[in-house]
Parts: sequence; C-alpha cells; structure tokens
Amino acid sequence: MNLSSVPAPDAITAGWWEATREHRLTVQRCGACSRAQHPPRSVCIHCGRTDALRLDDAAGTGVVDSYTVVYRAPFPHVEVPYAIARVRLDEGVVCLTRLTGAEPDAWRIGDRVRVDWVDLPDGRALPVFVPASG
Amino acid sequence: MSEGVAIVGVAESDLGVTNQTILGLQTQAITRALEDAGLTLRDVDGLATSGISRFSATQLADWLGIQPRWTDSTFAGGSAYEMYVARAAQAIRAGQATTVVISFASNQRSARSRSLAGVIEDHTPEAQFETPYAPLYPISYYAMVAQRYLHEFGATREQLAEIAVAAREWALLNPKAFRYGAGPLTVEEVLAAPMISSPLTVADCCLVTDGGGAVVLTSSERARDLRTTPVEVLGYGERTTNTSMTAVDDLTASGAAGAVADALARAGLAIGDIDVIEVYDSFTITVALTLEALGVCGRGEALDFIQDGRIRPGGQLPLNTNGGGLSYCHPGQYGVLLLVEAVRQLRGECGPRQVAGARTALAHGTGGIFSTHATVVLGVDR
Repeated sequence: MNLSSVPAPDAITAGWWEATREHRLTVQRCGACSRAQHPPRSVCIHCGRTDALRLDDAAGTGVVDSYTVVYRAPFPHVEVPYAIARVRLDEGVVCLTRLTGAEPDAWRIGDRVRVDWVDLPDGRALPVFVPASG
Repeated sequence: MSEGVAIVGVAESDLGVTNQTILGLQTQAITRALEDAGLTLRDVDGLATSGISRFSATQLADWLGIQPRWTDSTFAGGSAYEMYVARAAQAIRAGQATTVVISFASNQRSARSRSLAGVIEDHTPEAQFETPYAPLYPISYYAMVAQRYLHEFGATREQLAEIAVAAREWALLNPKAFRYGAGPLTVEEVLAAPMISSPLTVADCCLVTDGGGAVVLTSSERARDLRTTPVEVLGYGERTTNTSMTAVDDLTASGAAGAVADALARAGLAIGDIDVIEVYDSFTITVALTLEALGVCGRGEALDFIQDGRIRPGGQLPLNTNGGGLSYCHPGQYGVLLLVEAVRQLRGECGPRQVAGARTALAHGTGGIFSTHATVVLGVDR
C-alpha cells in the first residue's frame, strides 16, 4: 500500500502514536464523563473538561459506517483503486481509515472489521481495517 | 419581513476558461455589479471576499484602491457568500457601512490549480488522522455520504443521477453555462461516466471552471433611489458543523436544516412560500441532502420526490435555474453565483429559464465537506 506521508505527532497526539509502535489502537476517553472521542484532543467535546482525558486500549473491532472506492489518485505515488472508509469502533467513535484484505469493491456498509497495521519507516504504524473473520 | 437591506447590483465575471488572474476576474465582477447598480467604486465602503490570499479582503481593497470602513474574509468555503450577506446586512443596519460589495473569483481551470487531494494544512488533526489514507478531498467525503444515503434509504445511483440530468436541462437554457449547447445529459451517461470515488462518477461532480461574481448591498431606503429593482434581504441563517471526515455521527443528516430553519423564521416564511431555490450542487448527493434540509420532502425521500421531473425546467420546484455547479459554472467557491442567479430571477431577467412571477427566492451555500451551511432568503415587491 502506498500511503501518504504521515506528519510527526504533536503534544496532544504523541501518546496515541506511541501506542501504534506496539500495534495498540487507543481511544481517548474522559475520566469525568466516561465518554470517548477521536482523534485525541485537549478538551472533552462531551463535557468540556480538560483535565481528565486519557488513552484507553481499544478492542480493535468495529463496523463499516460508510466507504468509497477511489479511482483517481490524489498523489502520483498512490496506486488506485483503494477503499477509504469510516469505521465505527465498538467504543463508539468513528475513524477514517483504509479497508484492506478484500477487493475494494467487495466491501459493504455494515461489514464487521478488525484493525491491522501498516508499519511506517519511523517505527510508528498506521491502523487499517480488514474483514473481522479474516 | 425585510431586514432593511437590499441587493441592488449583481454580475458575473467572465466564466469558463478565461486565462485571467484572480484579481482581474474579481475586478470584472465588481465593476460590472456596480455598473448594474448605477454606483461606482467610490461608493463602496464595505468589502467581503475570500479565496484571493491570506488577507483576501485587504488584498482586494488594496487592488481596488479603496480603504473600506468594514471588511469580512470569513473563510467557510462556498457558503461564505451567504454568510457575508448576513454580516453585511448587520453592518449596514448598524451604520458601519453604507455600500457593501460581496465578491469571489477563481481562475482554477486556466491555472490548473485544483488538486484532487485538497488543501490540508500539516498542523491540523486531519493531516495526522485522515490525509495519510489519501481520501480525495472533498470528493471522498461526499462519496461516503452518498454511499450511506443509498444504503440507508434503499435509493439507487440512477435516481441520484436525475439531479445532474435536471441541472443540464437548465444549463441548456443559459447561454453563459459551460454546458450550454452540450445537449441533454442522460441517466445512462451519468452512470457510465468515469468513476472518481464510488458511487460518484465525474458526472455526479461539479465542473472545474474559472469564474466569479459580485453582489452589491445597501439599505432598502437608499435602494429605492437606485435604478435596479431592489431585492430585499428577508432572512438568513447558518450552521458550522465539522472539518474532519469523522466528526459527524450521521452522514445523512446535514447542518443545512438548522440554517434553513433560522433563515425562514427570520423571513416569516415557510418553504412552500419560496418561488425559486438555488442550492450549492457541489455533487449530486449535496442536492439530495439539501432538499431534505429545506423541508420540501422528508428524510430519505428526496430521490423519490424528484423522479417526476419537478426540479427540471417547467417543474413544480424550480431549482438551480442557471444550470448549477454541475452544468453552468463552478469556480471552486460557487456561493456568490447562487446569489447572482436568485437576484436575476427575482428581477425577471432570466429569459427562457425565467421562473414566471418569482417573488421569493432562497439561496443555500454549502462549504468544505458538508462543513458550513448558510441560507439567505430574498424577495421583491412587485
């Protein structure tokens, strides 16, 4: 897979990316209201607290909320076609991702998926999703 | 009920493939709109624009050689121009400006400046959590909305194509339309066009053209002394919902509904009172969601609702009467051209595509990836 370059983590996202080095998918959760959000922020979008946010390990499973198969490459080095998706994790949050491990046009909304990893040159890894049964 | 502010001049710049600069096209649109109003640059003390540079309104003021008392460069994609109408009306009522020009122009087709990847700044969360997967921006988001919509409501790509087909029918009546003279578009042609980001083919996507427009606003009182039929600002509303592709929980529910409701409430009108509707048709799916937000039909019903040809010329719901971004002109931020067409319809200047007796119009802009939503309701006394 030819993924675009991934910017360096920042002060807010460092922990999330650090976990990817061990192929751990994490979701930010607010200790005050117990609700989850993605991507990580410096404020809870549900209750407004700024001092109770933590990263929890996610189950790594979810469902395809929607998807699209891209046929025109946005960058010269990207090979088409490929499937972009919104995956709703079992923790409730939605992630943008790629669907791999099946033909791009074989995917359907509602498909169960699990996380897989694409290792990046700097030791981090990018989460993608594959069929849950695969 | 009027807000006490009226649109007194409108114009397009040259459209299509112009080989002009952005500021050159801006100048065309602005000077033509002022001429339409019977005003000059010396009368302008308020300026609202974006898409020129980081300091868009400032840049434009410098270029025109004016020092405005009021400016706005709110950056909200194609909906910004409807937002500017609200802010301009407020500024004029508050006495901060007397004559405001709202304008936009782009040379994106001549300059080949449009990128399928969009512009995502490196320091934003999207650069870390979305761009690495290489979605097309904004197309892939609208494509996921379309995919979800078709799935959830049991609709088909054939039904969605009617939006592009109807836009072409209108464009065939508009000599300024990019697809004027291109002949009718069929559902089969929409479906057979090259797929860009499924389920959207190139025919489900708006054009990439040069173009621009300008509108001139002043107080209703002053408007009575000018030469054009004043088009009163009756109401406005807006919503801002998301920049990321993951923030909105339900892809088929657009922030447009709140914007439209606010605008109609301010105007003291119901959607059934509106004679002509101009909505941002960045993609066919944008129109489906916007029709539902307008309340002309229920959630999930838009595609069934339009299959009888009601949004085509002569239909019960005159929509995007210039041919829209799909077949008329799409210079990247189409919002100002929605206002230009709405005003011309209300003045009765639209020739073969004129909606007979139109007295009220609604313009609705959508920016980004269903990110920003802004509505303006306009009307004439005649």
